[in-house]
Amino acid sequence: MPEAPAKLARTLETLKSVSDRGERIQLLIDIADRFREVPPQIARRPFPEENRVPACESEAYVWGEARPDGALDYHFAVENPQGISAKALAVLLGDTLSGAPPEQVAAVPQDIVYEVFGNELSMGKSMGLMGMVSMVANLARKQLAARGGTAVSS
Amino acid sequence: MSAIESRGYSHPEVLVSTDWVAEHLNDPQVRIIESDEDPLLYATGHIPGAVEVDWTRDLNDPVRRDYLGREGLEALMRRHGISRDTTVVLYGDRNNWWATYAYWVFQLFGHDKAKIMDGGRLKWSNEGRPLTRDVPSYPASDYKAPERDDHRIRAFRDEVLQHVEKKRGPLVDVRSPAEYTGERLHMPEYPNEGALRGGHIPGAANIPWARAVNTDDGTFKTADELRAIYQGEAKVQTDDDVVVYCRIGERSSHTWFVLTHLLGYKKVRNYDGSWTEWGNLVGVPIER
Repeated sequence: MPEAPAKLARTLETLKSVSDRGERIQLLIDIADRFREVPPQIARRPFPEENRVPACESEAYVWGEARPDGALDYHFAVENPQGISAKALAVLLGDTLSGAPPEQVAAVPQDIVYEVFGNELSMGKSMGLMGMVSMVANLARKQLAARGGTAVSS
Repeated sequence: MSAIESRGYSHPEVLVSTDWVAEHLNDPQVRIIESDEDPLLYATGHIPGAVEVDWTRDLNDPVRRDYLGREGLEALMRRHGISRDTTVVLYGDRNNWWATYAYWVFQLFGHDKAKIMDGGRLKWSNEGRPLTRDVPSYPASDYKAPERDDHRIRAFRDEVLQHVEKKRGPLVDVRSPAEYTGERLHMPEYPNEGALRGGHIPGAANIPWARAVNTDDGTFKTADELRAIYQGEAKVQTDDDVVVYCRIGERSSHTWFVLTHLLGYKKVRNYDGSWTEWGNLVGVPIER
């Protein structure tokens, strides 16, 4: 089993140390404020359905952009203007997984969403957020399967 | 969108406009409640004076799959300074999806002084109305609730099975077409829907819940437009014994609200066990 990407592990540790719900929410809102949409050189509207996160009610999209070393940069779009949690998770995943070894990213489990947001997520919300993690992991898997290919379409 | 009173609803008094809410921000007889799907949203800013009711933390039993009981509701209402005479006005994200869910739970306890803000959070926000991060505090009330009464507006699995087998009335499945057909469970990369089987309860019509709202501003469609959908397409009539469901009963509470209050249906029950229960039950009939 590959190690968890180091930046992700550190971020989850930080979040774990914030036990007060209000403080955690504020921290996540601050993270969401840093959300930047996928750059136009990667994708423009209408975004392809193949990049859409399954089951995500916030209409999130994910792309991978290959680096020369084979690692990926992850880009996101969130079409629901009120999708604050989706934006927070997008920033967190983009910051901590971009550039990480794909074999590590491919092994990131979906249930990190509970470490990020706590256990009080509705079923629908958790499924959408887990779908984002799953989609990023799938991109890494495809990159691994491409054995050094440079383009990842979904 | 036209004025609420001109849309032909059976019970227009259950809806209030954003204007009405703006005029009642300081009304001591009114308590504004935000209830969202996104747990971060209230903290990013809410209507001044609004309190938060979080569906997961506040309305559910923490252990059993069930809603809170009488004591739980009393504690919640007391904490927010709500009495039996207080008019609660609910609003939220996702076209009031979760606001109507909270509204439905309140009706299990007969708190009928309840309204929904038409258009929800998005309309308020798009109109440039004020939002604040200040969390209000109200003196505790002595709210006394009756025991929860499930039989009027809530359906359980055995009742639904009887409903199907005895052909007692129509069912409305308010999930997406992909969930209704069971396609989603079979698509690669899609998360499990929380059920072992995909499809729908036999005989159910498929009317996705959000068809009841206008996509531009989140307000409810007129009664004529709603009748065209539910009576014209789904063939569900006012006097029918209707059961609505989705995945866990949240989206279907929105449709329950539309049929019961906007179109005046006499008997509509929300099957909150919904697909996460039916799709896991051994031996029950399923259609695809």
